Amino acid sequence: MTSQASRTAEQADETLLSEQRDPAGSKSVRRLDRVIIRFAGDSGDGMQLTGDRFTSETASFGNDLSTLPNFPAEIRAPAGTLPGVSSFQLHFADHDILTPGDAPNVLVAMNPAALKANIADLPRGAEIIVDTDEFTRRAVQKVGYQASPLEDGSLEGYSVHQVPLTTLTVEALKEFDLSRKEAERSKNMFALGLLSWMYHRPTEGTERFLKAKFAKRPQIAEANLAAFRAGWNFGETTEDFAVSYEIAPAVTAFPAGVYRNISGNLALSYGLVAASRQAGLPLFLGSYPITPASDILHELSRHKNFGVRTFQAEDEIAGVGAALGAAFGGALGVTTTSGPGVALKAETIGLAVSMELPLLVVDIQRGGPSTGLPTKTEQADLLQAMFGRNGEAPVPVVAPCTPADCFDAALEAARIALTYRTPVFLLSDGYLANGSEPWRIPDVAELPDLRVEFARERNHTLADGQEVFWPYKRDPRTLARPWAVPGTPGLEHRIGGIEKQDGSGEISYAPANHDFMVRTRQAKIDGIEVADLTVDDPDGARTLVLGWGSTYGPITAAVRRLRAAGEAVAQAHLRHLNPFPANLGDVLARYERVVVPEMNLGQLATLVRARYLVDVHSYNQVNGMPFKAEQLATALKEAIDG
Amino acid sequence: MADTSANGSPAATGGDAVTGGFEALSLVPKAVGRQSMKDFKSDQEVRWCPGCGDYAILAAVQGFLPELGLARENIVFVSGIGCSSRFPYYMNTYGMHSIHGRAPAIATGLAASRSDLSVWVVTGDGDALSIGGNHLIHALRRNVNLKILLFNNRIYGLTKGQYSPTSEVGKITKSTPMGSLDAPFNPLSLAIGAEAGFVARTVDSDRKHLTSVLREAAAHPGTALVEIYQNCNIFNDGAFDVIKDRARAEEAVIRLEHGQPVRFGADGRRGVVRDRATGDLRVVDVTPANEGDLLVHDAHAASPTTAFALSRLADPDTLHHTPIGVLRSVRRPVYDAQMNDQLDTAVRDRGEGDLAALLAGTDTWTVTG
Repeated sequence: MTSQASRTAEQADETLLSEQRDPAGSKSVRRLDRVIIRFAGDSGDGMQLTGDRFTSETASFGNDLSTLPNFPAEIRAPAGTLPGVSSFQLHFADHDILTPGDAPNVLVAMNPAALKANIADLPRGAEIIVDTDEFTRRAVQKVGYQASPLEDGSLEGYSVHQVPLTTLTVEALKEFDLSRKEAERSKNMFALGLLSWMYHRPTEGTERFLKAKFAKRPQIAEANLAAFRAGWNFGETTEDFAVSYEIAPAVTAFPAGVYRNISGNLALSYGLVAASRQAGLPLFLGSYPITPASDILHELSRHKNFGVRTFQAEDEIAGVGAALGAAFGGALGVTTTSGPGVALKAETIGLAVSMELPLLVVDIQRGGPSTGLPTKTEQADLLQAMFGRNGEAPVPVVAPCTPADCFDAALEAARIALTYRTPVFLLSDGYLANGSEPWRIPDVAELPDLRVEFARERNHTLADGQEVFWPYKRDPRTLARPWAVPGTPGLEHRIGGIEKQDGSGEISYAPANHDFMVRTRQAKIDGIEVADLTVDDPDGARTLVLGWGSTYGPITAAVRRLRAAGEAVAQAHLRHLNPFPANLGDVLARYERVVVPEMNLGQLATLVRARYLVDVHSYNQVNGMPFKAEQLATALKEAIDG
Repeated sequence: MADTSANGSPAATGGDAVTGGFEALSLVPKAVGRQSMKDFKSDQEVRWCPGCGDYAILAAVQGFLPELGLARENIVFVSGIGCSSRFPYYMNTYGMHSIHGRAPAIATGLAASRSDLSVWVVTGDGDALSIGGNHLIHALRRNVNLKILLFNNRIYGLTKGQYSPTSEVGKITKSTPMGSLDAPFNPLSLAIGAEAGFVARTVDSDRKHLTSVLREAAAHPGTALVEIYQNCNIFNDGAFDVIKDRARAEEAVIRLEHGQPVRFGADGRRGVVRDRATGDLRVVDVTPANEGDLLVHDAHAASPTTAFALSRLADPDTLHHTPIGVLRSVRRPVYDAQMNDQLDTAVRDRGEGDLAALLAGTDTWTVTG
């Protein structure tokens, strides 16, 4: 949730607002302002689904929220091992929040591996719910514990709930005609039911979801529902859970409107469909499956009734090639990929630069180099997007800053591509792609008008009076060339990757013409109109923190903490990495210190230093995870103190 | 002879075969008025080496297109990189001279999104079979509505004379002073193996044959691959002389005609029969005793087996027993037509997309100000 309105500091710890005894019995209800829960288990335990469902319940309840799915690249890593642990963290609150939270207040650990892999992130006093059935001697030793952590006192500083989740689930399903193994698979729904009780979540959505998901297997649907309800009832009745928690809806954090929860990849997909509608052009996606971008291909393939064509190509090169071919034919051509795919597409993107056709290249960045960390996040493709082609081949770069913002960023990237007839990079990342947050559903009447005019008429008169079509005769304001699509009589022309004569577009190897064309293509990109950078600086700070992309949430949370502690710090966040906003140089000049936090080794910092000769301070992390607000706040404080 | 056999595509032989209609092009707007070869010549000076086989192919294509009667603005030529890939510049149609090997991929996106276009790919042996091999085989298996003209000169011309993936083993070139080691591709075998529905071979210098093959390729719904033996008179001169020389061609060339026994040589004294023991094809001297056993060419056979065997007949070194003509022409589902069908079905089942409904989804909550 990106509302600038709220000034609530993102606290380091949850705050107890009130406590009430349940009038009917021994249970009490505490009101909290926010909670961070992490579900963790084997990659086959259904933790992502459990997290998704809890998130949906929380969204429909009206809390602000932010999520962090974290899973291994292997589909089914060896069971019970540390590398096989999959987790889903959810931060939800009665106010405006910006990150999935630094440290969980509650850990649900479905086995010893899940406990061991996550315990270091838990502050003392946190609640831990473990499935005791999985803490066998063998399973405990498999992950390197000498003795069971449930018995050796090592968890004394925590509030541990020992629940035989597996046994309880199997017991709850004994009336179903299921094998023990099948019944055990519903234990994640038992856990979801228990947590839903603990946090007073509405359950209708999950019941509806299970019925729909298993519509063709009613027995499985009923079994999962029974496990879900058994988990809820377990919380309601057992004495181990004496307290439940209420987190009120975040009423004041949100401007009025209709909201839904949305992930970055879904928002980006919708942004592409919306851009196609607003441009009046059919959407053509050429793509090759790659983590973490494939969900966009999956999503767009479901919307054929919007005229969306999705083409699963034989490789990354064909994906972008087909998109470019469709763009030549007058479609909104899009290719989606991650870093390794961008490397393969580089030559075709250069061709699009030379042919000056609109094309969207969506890069959901992941850890690199090479295969790197496919399921983890990173921001290390910025310089690849800027410079990863032969020759002088400038390409605009746009970056979303939150999951929901991927929708607007896709529209903005399309605006630039269509207006200036150029390929555009849209740089999202794994954290934005899989994370989710509430989104105020936009009124379609408010979406930008992206309509384009195809060339219809010959546009040039030769010396002998003959009317001809010149494919490289530019619009003097935008420097964009005319987009004449096949099927338009009289405008037949040939374009390609060889240098062409200014205006006529004929092959030209003339030295002066090449120099002119290189400079003109650069000038076209440099001249793209982008919004000025806005700076949030209520206190007249001397230090500016400048970010881009998915670091928006953690940076903003860190800035709020610092301001709550009385520090003055200014914040600005770049949506446009190429060209930079026209006022960026002036903004930088106003501050004594500029700190640039990035999930790379200083790529934006490199660009800013080169362009503005400002000695920015680069703060970096490349561990596959987003920054934590606390860590950033500490780093910024050090920078402020110089 | 108009063939109305099971798959309904025009017959493999004869100038009147096209009267069966160009179903593949039924969605492409027709030209107003009569076209001539001149209409398809662009104003660009042709810059191939004097004597290059590409000139003859260009003239054949420009001379044949008026037959189709298509609106010129609805024809697109897409090429990759190489000598042959300069082709689009010389055609007064829409055109794209793209990057090395990628023309089939780019053309796939164009054809799949614009069924009102007639899309042609011009490529060479290096472009299509080396750097672009992956795109070629996938275009063929998908069966997108593309006509691929593969100019095979068995050499890299534009980079000045290195061996290509169709060069014979042991070829001495600038990059292989002791002879090339690579076994060559057989483009037609490769295409048939990649599930191509239309596979043909012709020769640059035989205008009449080249034109008849182009005509059939144009009429074929889906991807058509036409291998054109093309002489590079600078770096591989005479590579196809055995096929072009009237005297020697008698022994070298087998002209395939659908529905006809496969015979060649002076007075048709040579022929092709199936070896009963191996099932393979072999060349025999025709005698009254074996005349009845001669293979009758069936370009429309559902099984690719015989077409594949025909593609293997030629000796890769001497080019003896080289079949030319349409080896295979069968109907398969066309990718772009099916893609359009899916879009139509989606609209019929779910209605035109409603953007507001899509964005809203099903799980929402309302915040009042």
